[in-house]
Amino acid sequence: MEETLNITLKVWRQDGPDERGRFETYDAPNIGTDMSFLEMLDVVNENLNEDGNEPIAFESDCREGICGTCDLMIDGKAHGPEKGTATCQLHMRKYSDGDTIVIEPFRAASFPILKDLAVNRSALDAIVMAGGFISVNTGAAPDANLIPVPKEASDQAFDAAACIGCGACVAACPNSAAQLFTSAKIQHMNLLPQGQAERWKRTEAMVETMEMFFGSCTNHGECHDACPKEIPLDLIAWTNRDYIKSKNKNRKLAGQKG
Amino acid sequence: MTVIQRPQDKLRTPKPLKKPARFTPPWPLNLYQTAIGKKWVMGLTGLGLVGFVVAHMIGNLHLYEGQLEVAEYAHSLRTIGAGLVPETAVLWVLRLGLISMFGLHIHSAITLSAMNRAANSRYQAPRDFAAANFASRTTRITGIIIALFVVWHLADLTWGFTGGFMGWRGDGFNHGDPLWNVDNSMSNVVIAIWYMIATTAVAVHLFHGIRSAFISIGLSSPKFNPLIKPLAAGIAGLVLVGNLSFPIMVMTGALEADEPLDVHELIATEFKEAAE
Repeated sequence: MEETLNITLKVWRQDGPDERGRFETYDAPNIGTDMSFLEMLDVVNENLNEDGNEPIAFESDCREGICGTCDLMIDGKAHGPEKGTATCQLHMRKYSDGDTIVIEPFRAASFPILKDLAVNRSALDAIVMAGGFISVNTGAAPDANLIPVPKEASDQAFDAAACIGCGACVAACPNSAAQLFTSAKIQHMNLLPQGQAERWKRTEAMVETMEMFFGSCTNHGECHDACPKEIPLDLIAWTNRDYIKSKNKNRKLAGQKG
Repeated sequence: MTVIQRPQDKLRTPKPLKKPARFTPPWPLNLYQTAIGKKWVMGLTGLGLVGFVVAHMIGNLHLYEGQLEVAEYAHSLRTIGAGLVPETAVLWVLRLGLISMFGLHIHSAITLSAMNRAANSRYQAPRDFAAANFASRTTRITGIIIALFVVWHLADLTWGFTGGFMGWRGDGFNHGDPLWNVDNSMSNVVIAIWYMIATTAVAVHLFHGIRSAFISIGLSSPKFNPLIKPLAAGIAGLVLVGNLSFPIMVMTGALEADEPLDVHELIATEFKEAAE
């Protein structure tokens, strides 16, 4: 027979964006150890529904750690105590009977709360829209390996491209900085030959958009620890380097303007 | 429960926290308008100040050579480049460099902290930090302690204010006689403890600062990274041990000056001979 747990939840409830929020305590009895954290919340919501209460709003989509939709601050840690996983990959077998779990939404000034645990992370989209693209010719697909890419560069770019844009780096950062997210989105293109055409424009535009919404980096390393994809901190350093270069190069390319 | 507003009504980019700058100075000054540019300034000035702190600590070790020798070292600092330029001219160039590094370091720290406060939204439940350590969490506090300490330290051992009108020390301040001044200052237990607190604050600040500076100025690679933390710990530990030893040695009586030197007399005679 499957083992079951009795859990107490302290959940942040907030009726709307401009409402005052508060913690509410819920009992979650008979939680199977094979359930994921989000399935446990589903069970709690069903109980709430049956009693005629408003269910807890939280976000999720793929539930296999590749979409970056789920976003919970569990016991003061973004995506919970497991390293290198998103909230949906956290399983109740990590908890023991009688535990109390505190759940909060991701918080940052540019992550306004929509309802309960759901926050608006559109500011991250604004950063990507500022320059997170490359230009390619349309037409027939090019031959594979037409452009040679050094192995090291392709590995590093792949590490950066693993970013699922969940915003855990911002949530974990004591300064609400989005440096790890922005660096990942910049560097997975800056490291590759295909990304060179817009390299300096991209770096300047994305960094400056980031600074409109988020704080600055104080190099604690909390973001890397919270990241479900364990994006390396090196990318932040490389972006710092690229940004200083970009200001000089763009000035020369654009004839002293800006 | 009433629905206040449909979620999709607010599903759009939130308002930026920062307005675009109204005036953009020419390159490279415009870099200082951005957070990353400020982090560069913070990192470079920080590394420069680390250099000063290490050199200062090593210079202080002349105290162990004896009263006359450390006075000679102090005199040689004032007369760097003597014979070519007026006395203390080179020293003042170095001092102005230090003052501007201090100023920029503090200004960038204050403005970046303000930016971070604006971007932050406090968690209501306690956080569980994994990577942030004591040093990185307290950088601002140790920074404030260091800023206050620098003013005190100059008043105490450079200007000699504390000897005369502040009345901390019974014996007077003897300009150009470091061991006499250090002995008089740190014989007071309160002052010695304050020096030890400030020295510890410097070491804690350096431990996070040195690591942080390398990332801020873009020096980071998988090959180089494992060396940064030991380097930071090594420099911080070296500075801590060296600078803690002075108040401790004064209190145990190992560092002692019996009577003040006649510095003017020495400059006219012995230091001149030593220089020649």
